[in-house]
Amino acid sequence: MQKKTLGIAAAVALSLSASAMAEQKVVNFYNWSDYMDPALIPQFEKETGIKVNLDYYDSNEVLEAKLMTGGSGYDVVVPTGSFLERQAQAGVYMEIDRGKLSNLGNIDQVLATKISGHDPDNRHNVPYAWGTIGLGYNEAMIKERLGDMPVDSLDLIFKPEVAAKLADCGIALLDSPAEMMAIALNYLGLDPNSEKKSDLKKATALMSAARPSYRYFNSSKYISDLANGEVCLAVGYNGDVLQAASRAEEAGQGISVKYAIPTEGTVAWFDLLAIPADAPHPEEAHQLIDFLLRAESGAGIANYVFYAVANSAAEPLLLDEVKNDPGIYPTEKVKANLFTQNAHTSKYDRILTRAWTNIKTGR
Amino acid sequence: MSGKPPVQAGPTVAAVDAITQGLAKYNFFRRVSWGRLAVIAVPMLWLAVFFFVPFLVVFKISLAETAIAIPPYTALLEWVGDMEEAYVTLKLNLGNYLYLLDDVFYLDAYLSSIKIAGISTFCTLLVAFPIAYLMARSNGSTRALLLALVILPFWTSFLLRVYAWMGILKKNGLVNDILMGLGIVDEPLTMLQTDFAVYLGIVYTYLPFMVLPLYSALEKLDMTLLEAAEDLGSRPVTSFFLITLPLSLPGIVAGCLLVFIPAVGEFVIPALLGSPDTLMIGRVLWDEFFLNRDWPMASAVAIMMLIILVLPIMLIRNSQGKEESA
Repeated sequence: MQKKTLGIAAAVALSLSASAMAEQKVVNFYNWSDYMDPALIPQFEKETGIKVNLDYYDSNEVLEAKLMTGGSGYDVVVPTGSFLERQAQAGVYMEIDRGKLSNLGNIDQVLATKISGHDPDNRHNVPYAWGTIGLGYNEAMIKERLGDMPVDSLDLIFKPEVAAKLADCGIALLDSPAEMMAIALNYLGLDPNSEKKSDLKKATALMSAARPSYRYFNSSKYISDLANGEVCLAVGYNGDVLQAASRAEEAGQGISVKYAIPTEGTVAWFDLLAIPADAPHPEEAHQLIDFLLRAESGAGIANYVFYAVANSAAEPLLLDEVKNDPGIYPTEKVKANLFTQNAHTSKYDRILTRAWTNIKTGR
Repeated sequence: MSGKPPVQAGPTVAAVDAITQGLAKYNFFRRVSWGRLAVIAVPMLWLAVFFFVPFLVVFKISLAETAIAIPPYTALLEWVGDMEEAYVTLKLNLGNYLYLLDDVFYLDAYLSSIKIAGISTFCTLLVAFPIAYLMARSNGSTRALLLALVILPFWTSFLLRVYAWMGILKKNGLVNDILMGLGIVDEPLTMLQTDFAVYLGIVYTYLPFMVLPLYSALEKLDMTLLEAAEDLGSRPVTSFFLITLPLSLPGIVAGCLLVFIPAVGEFVIPALLGSPDTLMIGRVLWDEFFLNRDWPMASAVAIMMLIILVLPIMLIRNSQGKEESA
């Protein structure tokens, strides 16, 4: 028994030293699921000889829990702006060495300025993709209940008498207190990033009034529910709603799902490439980021995942159906009404979470 | 071990008891004391590594304060001083526990979890008892088949089975299609995102944990007792309440504990099937950890749950032990 264990240990040690001898360069990339053009990674591996280990997550919370424990072993991660903001304060990320990035000029400068609200001088990030939170809806069901009322308005969610008309076909909201409350505050004409208790109270009252008409709060369930008609209206991420739309089309049951950005203004979110401070392969991480910044890479991602990339050089290479979809690349007029949701202090997070629980449970 | 039939019930309290009793009876390990030690050491080590150490880590975090750092809480022990003078300061933050006791919200969440778990456990018992009874009364091959049918669902992932229920209960799902087809209802019923769906999910998921201990208790039931009762003129219903039920009590207790304990901390079933106003402690813990990023508070909630659950259960086990020895 003991001999066998020794044998195994020796084998492991041998294989370890063997791999060290070969000096296979690697980079550990932790990304959202379904968030990459599958052709890009093999191309990067072929060009550089660096092996990419891919790993996936489906929520910022999962990523944060891993990063905050330390020693995650990842070299490149893709947090959303407000999460990166707080994580950078905790010292989770290293500064990006801009000298190592030859394609920095491709970044959309207007968007970069917006992102610097999360990360001063964009020291810890390079933008990956961006999008909006808006209304995903079932065209026929809404029309049947609301007639010709315009759909691109948050009245559908926040006006109790309007929401009540949709209660029977199902309204779903994101289970994301910070983003939902920012949208509610902005709807009320208040600062979406306000931490005033009086403002929070007003937003809570607004949502509590329409609460009986909401079916559930969940940040991913609405994708399939919109597609199969289980809910008729959802506040959701643009790419997810577009995914629901294409699923509904594939199913061929006559359900048509559409996406609308509310005219009152809404949250624009940014997913950012960042390198953890304790990344084992920072050199390779920079190489991967520089590769993803290429115009061809950016266009490949946008054309595949149907999210906009903050890459100006990529724009001529976009498919028409991506470039001309106002749900992906909003018009300038709509863009002007978009705002970012910034990270809150931990004290305010606690009050916010409690208010959110009270809204959800109807207390 | 010996020619005795193997214990049939799964990893249940009753089965563990039976094994320990069996071991005690045959004194297999008495002669070689190191062997005995090794046998005891393995489960003990398992408990220490996978229960006690993580418990201590969680307890430690619950006494810390949140910090914007990696990890996101303060250290309890701190070195102060230089080569000549050195102090170790120990800083324990009881604030999280005080806050827990002070805020009725947490009490509400605990009570509501206990209520949901209690109702589900009772429903599970009602469903499981006839199944276990039938299994205990049927002959060899039927019994093996029934046992397999109870255990078989475990071969599919728990998460997938809960998702399957979403498909069954949804508006254009199986149940509504059948009800509409038969003309029982005119409009599809809303069954998803209701408390009913949560109860159903828990009863379905935990049914085997109730059936197996009940079966192992009922199987041991001495049939001659029931015959004697019948001879003395007792009606079947009376015999059931006077003989069968009291004698299966250990199985009932074991089964109820096995269902109740995990049901209190259940997170997945209420999240997928429940309505947003289903307040359960699993959800509160999630919010503390992920939304408030308050690991110490989340740990305190977890420790509190353990205390609330473990104390009454120890009392039950204790009183049971006394009854048996009396």
